[in-house]
Amino acid sequence: MSAPATVAARTAGADATRALAGALAACCRPGDVVLLAGDLGAGKTTFAQGFAAALGVAQRVTSPTFTLVHTYPCGGGAVATLLHADVYRLDDLAEVVDLGLAEMVDAGAVALVEWGDVAAPVLGEGALTVTLAVPPGGGEDDRVVEVSAPAVGPLAGPGPNGAWQDRWPSVATALAPWRTGVPGEDPGEDGADPVEVHR
Amino acid sequence: MPGVDVQRVLGIETSCDETAAAVVDGGTTIVSSVVSSQVDLHARYGGVVPELAGRAHVELLTPVLADALAAAGSDASGRGIDAVAVTYGPGLMGSLLVGVAEAKALSMAWGVPFVGVNHLEAHLFASLLEQPDLGWPLVVLLVSGGHTLLVEVTAPGTYRLLGGTIDDAAGEAFDKVARFLGLGYPGGPAIDRVAEDGDPAAFAFPRSLLGKGYDFSFSGLKTAVVNEVRKHPEARTEDVAASFRRAVVDVLVSKARAAAADVGARAICLAGGVAANSLLRSEIVAACEADGIGAFVPSRALCTDNAAMVAAAGWWRLANSGASPLTLGADPNLELVPTHSPDLS
Repeated sequence: MSAPATVAARTAGADATRALAGALAACCRPGDVVLLAGDLGAGKTTFAQGFAAALGVAQRVTSPTFTLVHTYPCGGGAVATLLHADVYRLDDLAEVVDLGLAEMVDAGAVALVEWGDVAAPVLGEGALTVTLAVPPGGGEDDRVVEVSAPAVGPLAGPGPNGAWQDRWPSVATALAPWRTGVPGEDPGEDGADPVEVHR
Repeated sequence: MPGVDVQRVLGIETSCDETAAAVVDGGTTIVSSVVSSQVDLHARYGGVVPELAGRAHVELLTPVLADALAAAGSDASGRGIDAVAVTYGPGLMGSLLVGVAEAKALSMAWGVPFVGVNHLEAHLFASLLEQPDLGWPLVVLLVSGGHTLLVEVTAPGTYRLLGGTIDDAAGEAFDKVARFLGLGYPGGPAIDRVAEDGDPAAFAFPRSLLGKGYDFSFSGLKTAVVNEVRKHPEARTEDVAASFRRAVVDVLVSKARAAAADVGARAICLAGGVAANSLLRSEIVAACEADGIGAFVPSRALCTDNAAMVAAAGWWRLANSGASPLTLGADPNLELVPTHSPDLS
């Protein structure tokens, strides 16, 4: 079992947050689940808009809070469908299971789940987690973004879609323009660059 | 497809949170209307009833249907029911499927026509249930937790989408700000109540896209409220709520009014759960009076999700374009009109 891999980044303004989201979307393959975490006003909608645009979604990406799941056809790329979900209103994990996201993702979609950290116990296996936060100081639209791959190692084996850690070098490269280097937390037991995968 | 003339239509609605059934006579007279949140299911089933998932609709639909049919003098035999209408989109796939499957089954068992209804179109028919003689064209402002749309209705069944939200729906902004302020759920009524004692000019919250076409944006307003409260933790909740409500209502009323003038509407109609907001109701009525056009604000029971509006829209669809094929499936992404119309401005 290896430690989770993490990239810490910072964006200056909503456009940069959209661009970062788009760069991450380009690393996604059908079957991926991306859990989006962050407080009210942290920029989850902005992130989702950039993420969808990069997958070739032509429609307007509006909040799925009330409707729970929006399904968008993507344009031309490997990912055919984007599922944009929000589990904010769901009170228990059984309701998240009832949404059927797992089945829909198995059919070849990518799922972006807002308030996904709450649903991690039922959706989190093999999922990428993106955490958005407002940094103390800086502009009102500045955001710190932390992208973490699950702790799936050689013993656990890659998921059905290939472990995120196997793609980690390309993820790190894609997010390089916004990287701030070391995230706020302890980078790992040996203090190595957190971007590297611990094996 | 030739039209089908019927009298009594059973409507079924399961697209989102509410499980609902209703019987409407002649497209305009509500004979019965039952919405799950009004039914004492706790007593009937015991325990907690799940709120949102498709499975909840499965459990709720049978008793809700039985109540609606009984109140209309009918029963499981479908006696006196001439057609079955159901919402087939937009909404959550699992939830929609429950209603669509039930409606098809009843249609076949009773040997009556089946018709699929667009949930958004049904909201537009809600006004006609209380005011059958509305003049055309109309501008309808449909504001709920999931939708914020400005629609021109040139005649029943003929629509043009003028604009919609580019991020959050208005009702969602109310709910999220209410939760942030610790005012509880549902957020609309909670903010409405607290705002009465606050100063609407205490905070200059943004009026996004004001004066710029008919699209709406409420995500930035929500973020502005969060930022402002973090900066001023001493701010009175009443003042924050009043300033926020004012900002939302200013944008909604200003755009509805401009749209009505633009298309030469004879009246503005409100629809959707946010239409229950007291400030929105009074401001729309005042704006329409000033502009010399009609204002129509349906009762709360018809603004929020219900099946009477589905039966009314279904009756109209049957009369004008006939029954739907039993092959019609649920469509979670169904739109009111196929493409987004360009702004008029």
